[in-house]
Amino acid sequence: MAISPELFKPLDKNRVQADEARPSITYWQDAWRRLKKNPLAITSLIFIALLTLTAIVGPFLSPYSYSDQDFDNIHLRPCREHPFGTDNLGRDILVRTMYGARISLAVGFVAAITTCVIGVLFGGISGLAGGKIDNLMMRFVDIMYSIPFLLWVIMLIVILDPEGSKGVNLSSIFIALGIVYWLPMARIVRAQILSLKEQEFILAATTIGAKKRKILLQHLIPNVMGSIIVTATISIPEAIFTESFLSFIGLGVSAPMASWGMLASDALTTLRSYPHVLVFPAVAICITLLAFNFIGDGLRDALDPKMRK
Amino acid sequence: MRKNLAMFFVVLLLAASLAGCTTGTDNGEMVIQYNVGTEPETMDVHLSTGIPEASIMLQIYEGLTRMDALGQPQAALAKTWDISEDKTEYTFHLRESKWANGEPLTAHDLAWSWKRSLDPELAADYAYMLYPIEGAEAYNSGKGNLADVGIEAVDDLTLKVKLVGPTPYFLSLVSFKTYYPVYKQFVEADPEGWHLKVETTVANGPFKMEKWENNQIEFVPNEHYWDAGAVKADRLVFSMVENASTELTMFENGDLHMTNTVPGQEIPRLKAMPELHIFPYLGTYYYIFNMEKAPFDDIRVRKALTMAIDRQKIVDKVTQGGQLPAFAFVPPGIPEPNGNDFREKGRDYFEENLETAKDLLAAAGYPNGEGFPAFSILYNTSEDHKLIAEAIQEMWKQNLGITNVTLTNEEWGTYLQSRDEGAFTVARAGWIGDYNDPNTFLDMWTTGNGNNNSGYTNAEYDKLVAECLQESDMNSRNEKLHRMEDIFMEEMPIMPIYYYTLPAMVSENLKGYSSIIIGGVDFKTAYIAE
Amino acid sequence: MLEFVVRRLLSAILAIWVVITVTFFFMHAIPGGPFQRDKVLPPAIKENIEKRYKLDDPLLVQYKDYMLNLLKGDLGPSFKYRGQTVNGIIAARFPVSLQLGLVAFAFALLVGVSVGIVAALNQGKILDYLVMSFSTLGVAIPSFILGTLLMLVLSYKLGLLPPATWGTPLHIIMPAISLGALPTAYIARLTRSSMLDVLSQDYMKTAKAKGLPRRRIVWVHAIKNAIIPVLTYSGPLLAGIITGTFVVENIFAVPGLGKHFVTSIYNRDYTVILGTTVFYSMILIGLNMLVDIAYSQFDPRIKLSARKE
Repeated sequence: MAISPELFKPLDKNRVQADEARPSITYWQDAWRRLKKNPLAITSLIFIALLTLTAIVGPFLSPYSYSDQDFDNIHLRPCREHPFGTDNLGRDILVRTMYGARISLAVGFVAAITTCVIGVLFGGISGLAGGKIDNLMMRFVDIMYSIPFLLWVIMLIVILDPEGSKGVNLSSIFIALGIVYWLPMARIVRAQILSLKEQEFILAATTIGAKKRKILLQHLIPNVMGSIIVTATISIPEAIFTESFLSFIGLGVSAPMASWGMLASDALTTLRSYPHVLVFPAVAICITLLAFNFIGDGLRDALDPKMRK
Repeated sequence: MRKNLAMFFVVLLLAASLAGCTTGTDNGEMVIQYNVGTEPETMDVHLSTGIPEASIMLQIYEGLTRMDALGQPQAALAKTWDISEDKTEYTFHLRESKWANGEPLTAHDLAWSWKRSLDPELAADYAYMLYPIEGAEAYNSGKGNLADVGIEAVDDLTLKVKLVGPTPYFLSLVSFKTYYPVYKQFVEADPEGWHLKVETTVANGPFKMEKWENNQIEFVPNEHYWDAGAVKADRLVFSMVENASTELTMFENGDLHMTNTVPGQEIPRLKAMPELHIFPYLGTYYYIFNMEKAPFDDIRVRKALTMAIDRQKIVDKVTQGGQLPAFAFVPPGIPEPNGNDFREKGRDYFEENLETAKDLLAAAGYPNGEGFPAFSILYNTSEDHKLIAEAIQEMWKQNLGITNVTLTNEEWGTYLQSRDEGAFTVARAGWIGDYNDPNTFLDMWTTGNGNNNSGYTNAEYDKLVAECLQESDMNSRNEKLHRMEDIFMEEMPIMPIYYYTLPAMVSENLKGYSSIIIGGVDFKTAYIAE
Repeated sequence: MLEFVVRRLLSAILAIWVVITVTFFFMHAIPGGPFQRDKVLPPAIKENIEKRYKLDDPLLVQYKDYMLNLLKGDLGPSFKYRGQTVNGIIAARFPVSLQLGLVAFAFALLVGVSVGIVAALNQGKILDYLVMSFSTLGVAIPSFILGTLLMLVLSYKLGLLPPATWGTPLHIIMPAISLGALPTAYIARLTRSSMLDVLSQDYMKTAKAKGLPRRRIVWVHAIKNAIIPVLTYSGPLLAGIITGTFVVENIFAVPGLGKHFVTSIYNRDYTVILGTTVFYSMILIGLNMLVDIAYSQFDPRIKLSARKE
């Protein structure tokens, strides 16, 4: 192949502009575009939206309240009046499940957010700083891991609730979750950043004088997004079940209001006699958690900076 | 991946084939399997307080008397006894008996053991069970001497006990753990840990411990037991399963002959089965009103709330364990001197009457519940307590129009503190008798008593309690006890809900056991019928 | 390396001391005490007991005594289980929890990592959705429901396994599955996510371009780098799982240590609270240290010692 000077002629200026005229898309727009192509994730998103709506509006449409008892209709199997049946005090399981959704969804969302915000920042700073600061910050995480959670909880009950709880008290649950739920996230993020920060693109960014803050938020965290999302989605079920434990021992929601976790664990004792009491809340939990996980998987794939075209 | 799955199934299959070998310990041996419900807190008889411990110790120890199912003491280590005219001096005549290792057991062993129970350095919870004995309380509180304690071994087979006052239930008391003899030589050799080892747990009951591992205790008959002929089982196996559903599964699987309890919610299903037994249990479940807090200082409010719940519904639909609706405080099952049941003579102190309840509430200034201050029901963490509280909350709402009742659930330690400090308005409580006498239910309501969490105080009541301690005429003592309950229930510092029962599953071929009304199961004469 | 280990050990001792101190004062601050009974003890008897266990000493003296005994390796007597020492309780029960925990951990690690790899290599295909949905069930069904269901099916209905108690290898199977389900799901997700991260990296493309066999690329290059998040999670997971889990032990009547972490707090059994906490924190901090050392073995870019800056 002959090399001729024609091959090296400068590009037409207009063509260059035409190339760059491709609409500039931000990271997030791009992610959303890719997420939309994932049918499972979108279906799950719609499901969660509908569920949230049902949780808010549903109870108003039901003729029963979550506390209405009917001793003549205990443990009814699903029927027209009670589509989900009734529980051991003759209460409508459908309306109780809808009320439970309010609590459990709120707890799930809050747990995921706390985990992300505190955990990612803490782990990110620790990993990026390295050395003594890292050692100090990670020992703090170890300490928080080691102090028995139950002690925190009883402490919180005493501090927040000196004269008995007044109905629904979700904020105390949020505080309890906030104390420990970010710990795994912090460790995961920190470990990956320890590895990533030695990679070429970070060295390059450091060399051209990028600020640490910028390196962390713009270069490192997007590259850890996969683990972050996986960890955040896993924290949702853990939070939902921790909530039921907290309520059980007296922190948070007080009876007769009940979250999904409470409905499920209460129904467990009657599993062999009245399985339907367990089935509905348990299935609700399962489907919701599956949906959250599919959204998580979809987000993970959508947010992966290396997938960006 | 496929490999892993295959491996997993291999393990499962292996598991299934092994399962065949482990079950069915019987090789001609008569084995009785029972679940005591939890690990014993201690095997030191003098330190222990609980029912699971009682069930274990009943098999391997024996006191001067042994309790029958109704809670009545029967001659055991003591063959006979003489009681002085004023009922304050007991002389026990022991039968000749041996420790499980064949050494003779004497009155000196008993005297030493009882004094050990009282030793302030041992610091036993139940030392107060011996307080009816002269000088016992003083010695145990560090105010008196061991020499002044009224326990004396006259000779090898005679034990003389001086009491502070006539204590008609003393023969019951001597059947308790706190009064069991312990083996001096091993206890002195290792005062802290003698009871942790099978070898040093030498006792004198129908069985002896053979091994204790993996939370399972096995007993075999004690050949030196004085009544060894009455013992029929070849082996007792006690497990310590805490979860009631698991326990039931084990029973239905044939791994247990008798359970410790039954999950209340399963009872409707189990009712059709002949294995379900409802045993009597000497206890009352009730709510305490805090009389120091308005509006519960008003007797009309207390009465209205007490009358406005449907106890039959609570026991039929909520607890479901065959409990009896309670309209008084002392439960049925306690005999009077003439043999009648104390409860039968004592009347119901109120009736459930919505009209009267509403009138009383209106008279107290809250017609139809209007303006009734917000208050909360305190209960300790448990599904059953929660269900009962939910039901009562709804009944007060429906029946009296009291709408602002909340439920407060606290874990055990916090609950006890709140209750003992009076940091509650209405609190759930239960009382199980220590011995089979009305006094165990009534002497706790005196002014300032640690167990009187209601803030109840009544001078006449206090006086009667004191008089009862010194009363040697049993009939007039009985009248006084009734009078005490009358006074107490008229003022209604508590709201009785039900009398306890002990539901349990018992295999149809298990015979000869006895479930004791104050707790514990005795397998001395138990056997498996063919 | 030696310098790192020494520094880590020193900081670990400091962290454990903080854990003990905080726990000590926390547990004395919460209401109730070890000898508060349902049936209130006569004051003289309570005094006897408090004298015997030196609970009548000023709190700081108790703290000092505890620390001095701890240095000698003596965790003190249990207040609830009278006659038993905390050392004795741990020695009797830890082996059971360790055995069960190791089985559950191995199960979670093996299944989780395999499922994660399979899913990553088939990203977006049916197999991916299938194995991930299945592993999500492990998250969606909490251990107390899973355990009860397993017992109901495998023991009660099919009679394959003994329902509860301890002693033969058969007794391990159901509790190990109940314990391992959630970690399995989490490990599967973490593995999938970080495998995808690694597979899209340039050096993977290079390896492929160089014509290395796919099997070698996956097993040697990808997994080594993708294992970091799983490794991170393994530290706290292993620490938690081998020290026992209350719920699973309760359902299957396993005589493990997990019960004491929870009931000691309900019972206000101070020495057992502290003993289990110290024990756990030593294991946790030790394992986290091993994890940090392991990082540098899997990923040589991670530097353990502080960079001189």
